[in-house]
Amino acid sequence: MQTVQTIITDLKDKPGALLPILHAVQNSLGYVPPEIVPTIAKALNLSRAEVHGVISFYHYFRDHAPGKKTVRICRAESCLAMGGKALESQIKTKLGIDYHETTEDGNYSLEAVYCLGNCACSPAIQIDNDVYGRVTAESFNEILTEQSA
Amino acid sequence: MSITVYVPCDSSAVSLGANRVANAITQEAEKRGVEINVVRNGSRGMYWLEPMVEVATDNGRIAYGAVKTGDVASLFDANFLNGGTHALNLGLTEEIPYLKKQQRLTFARVGITDPVSVEDYVAHDGYRGLKNALSYSQAEIVKHVSDSGLRGRGGAAFPTGIKWNTVLNTPSEQKYIICNADEGDSGTFSDRMIMEGDPLVLIEGMTIAGLAVGATQGYIYLRIEYPHALEILNAAIANATAANYLGENIQGSGKTFHLEVRQGAGAYVCGEETALMESLEGKRGLVRFKPPLPAISGLFGKPTVVNNVISLASVPVILDKGGEFYRDFGMGRSRGTLPLQLAGNLKHAGLVELAFGATLREVLYDFGGGSATGKPIRAVQVGGPLGSYLPESQFDTPLDYEAFAAIWAVLGHGGIVAFDETVDMAQMAKYSMEFCVEESCGKCTPCRIGSTRGYEVMDEIVNKRDLDKNIPLLRSLCDTMLNGSLCAMGGMTPYPVLSALNHFPEDFGIKAA
Repeated sequence: MQTVQTIITDLKDKPGALLPILHAVQNSLGYVPPEIVPTIAKALNLSRAEVHGVISFYHYFRDHAPGKKTVRICRAESCLAMGGKALESQIKTKLGIDYHETTEDGNYSLEAVYCLGNCACSPAIQIDNDVYGRVTAESFNEILTEQSA
Repeated sequence: MSITVYVPCDSSAVSLGANRVANAITQEAEKRGVEINVVRNGSRGMYWLEPMVEVATDNGRIAYGAVKTGDVASLFDANFLNGGTHALNLGLTEEIPYLKKQQRLTFARVGITDPVSVEDYVAHDGYRGLKNALSYSQAEIVKHVSDSGLRGRGGAAFPTGIKWNTVLNTPSEQKYIICNADEGDSGTFSDRMIMEGDPLVLIEGMTIAGLAVGATQGYIYLRIEYPHALEILNAAIANATAANYLGENIQGSGKTFHLEVRQGAGAYVCGEETALMESLEGKRGLVRFKPPLPAISGLFGKPTVVNNVISLASVPVILDKGGEFYRDFGMGRSRGTLPLQLAGNLKHAGLVELAFGATLREVLYDFGGGSATGKPIRAVQVGGPLGSYLPESQFDTPLDYEAFAAIWAVLGHGGIVAFDETVDMAQMAKYSMEFCVEESCGKCTPCRIGSTRGYEVMDEIVNKRDLDKNIPLLRSLCDTMLNGSLCAMGGMTPYPVLSALNHFPEDFGIKAA
C-alpha cells in the first residue's frame, strides 16, 4: 500500500494520470489489486466505476496475481502464415494450460497477443519483455530451460 | 585503434539471439586481447540474415550473417575484424542487392548509427531539417510539408500538410503533437524499427511539427508490446534534451518543445486517433464522434496534430532537402516513399523502403524471394488486419493508394503478409471477425454486435452449414458494418472477410461467381 501511495503521489498531477499510475502499480506489484481502486479513484477525483472501467477495458491490466513469468503467443496473421496455430497448441500442451491460466507451480501464465512487431521472424512469442522469433516446439523447450535458469 | 563492430539491438534481431552474439563477440575479443568497440545499431531490415554483424573497414562496412554464438570463434579465426573470408561473409553491406535496390529516405540512417547518440545522428545529416525549420516561418514549414505531398503513413493517407495547416490556423494557448506509435496492425513493424533504430529522426520530426503549428508539448503513444522501443526512446529523449534539441530554448532559438512517451495497454482500437486521445486522457479507449476534428479539438480539447511514426519520421528529410525533393519520388497522388514490411510466409522477410509505384509482385518475388516454404503464394494481405486479401491475379497492382482503392484494397501502413497454398481463407475470414470481437471498443453497435454475429456466421460457414442462407447473411452483415460503424475497426473488418469470400469462394464451399 505504501508503494501505491508513493506512485499516486508521484504521478497524480500528470495530465491524464490514470494509465501511468496503473502501469506503475502493475509494474511493481504484477497486477492491479481491486482493493486499491478506491484509493486511485479518490486521488484522481474519479468514480470507482471509472477506474474499474479503465482496468477492465485494456487487455494488459489484470486484477489478480499472474505466474512468475507471462508467456504471450502472437495469434496474428503473419504468425498464422508460418505455423502459429500448431505452435499455439504445442505450447498449451507443454504448459498444460489455456489462455488466461497459470501453471500449477505458479511459474507461467499464458496470454494471447495480436502482433509483437516481429512479423519478419514469425511465429513469435514473448516471455515478459523478451521476444523470440521463428519459434518451434523444440526451440520453445530450450527457451523454457533458458528462462528457468 | 580499436575496430568498430555493429550488432543490432533491434528487438527482432534480439529475438534471434543478437544479445548473445554481442556478448560472445565481446568475450572472445577479451580472451584474444583484441580491442574492439561494439555498437548496438538498428537493424538493416534483412531479417533472414539476422543477427547480422557488421565490421567497419577502410572500404566500408562488411556484413556477416546470420551469426550464431557458435560462429563467433571461427569469425575471429577468419580475421573478420579486417573483413576476412568466412562462410558467413556477405561482402559490403551497402552492396547487398536487397538493400542496394531500395530508396531509403525515412530509413536512411537505420542500421548505420548508434540509435541514441545525438553526436552520431548529427554526423549523419541529422537535425539539418530542424536547423532549416528554425529559420523558416511557421507557414513556410507547413508549405514544405504540403509541397512534399506527404500523406499519413498510418493508413488513412490524409495529407499531412492540410492537417498541420488546420492546427496552425486554430488559435489556442496550448496545442499538442501526438505521435501515434500504437503500431497494432499485424504484419507491420516499420514504426518499431524507426523507434529502436533511429529514434532521433522521430524526435526531430515531432519537434519540427511543434514549431510548425505552435505546440510545445508532444506525446508518443507507444504500444505496450514494444518494451525495447520504450527504453531506446527514453534514452534518446534524455540525450536530445541534454544536447538542447528538446526542452526550453532549443539551440538558442527561444522555442520550446517537451516530449514524453506514454504507454498504451494492449488495445488495438487505440491506434484510432480519437480512441488514442481518450486513452492519453486516462480513459477507456472509446472512439469519439467526428467532428470535431482533432486538429480543432483534440487532446484535452485542444488543437492536436496526430501523426503516425513514419509520417513524422519523414518530416526531417523533407525539411532538409525540400518538399520538391521528396515529391519527386512516387507516382500519381502517392508521393515519396513507403517503407514496406514483408512478413509472413516469405523467404526474405524484412523492411523494404521504395518509392510508390512498384508492383506487389516485384516486392513479393524480387525482394521477398517467394514463399519461405517454397510453395506457391496463394494470398497476400496488405495493410494490416483490416486490409483486403489479394489473390495472385492482383499481384501486378502498383503500390499506390489509388490503385489499391480501385481494387477494393488498402495499402494501409505498408504491411504485406504472404500465405502459401496451405492457407484456408474461410478460416482467415473467421479469424478477422474474431479479432474484431476481441478489439472492438464497444461504442457502436455495427462493430460490437456485428463482429460477434459475424464470428458465429463464419463458424457456421467453415462447418459448411446452410451456406445458401449464411453466405447472403454474411454479406448483409458486412454491408451494415461497412456503412454503419463509427471507425475503421468495424468499418473495415469486412475488407479481409469479403475479399477472402470473393477471391477464394472455394474455401467457403461455394463455386466462383
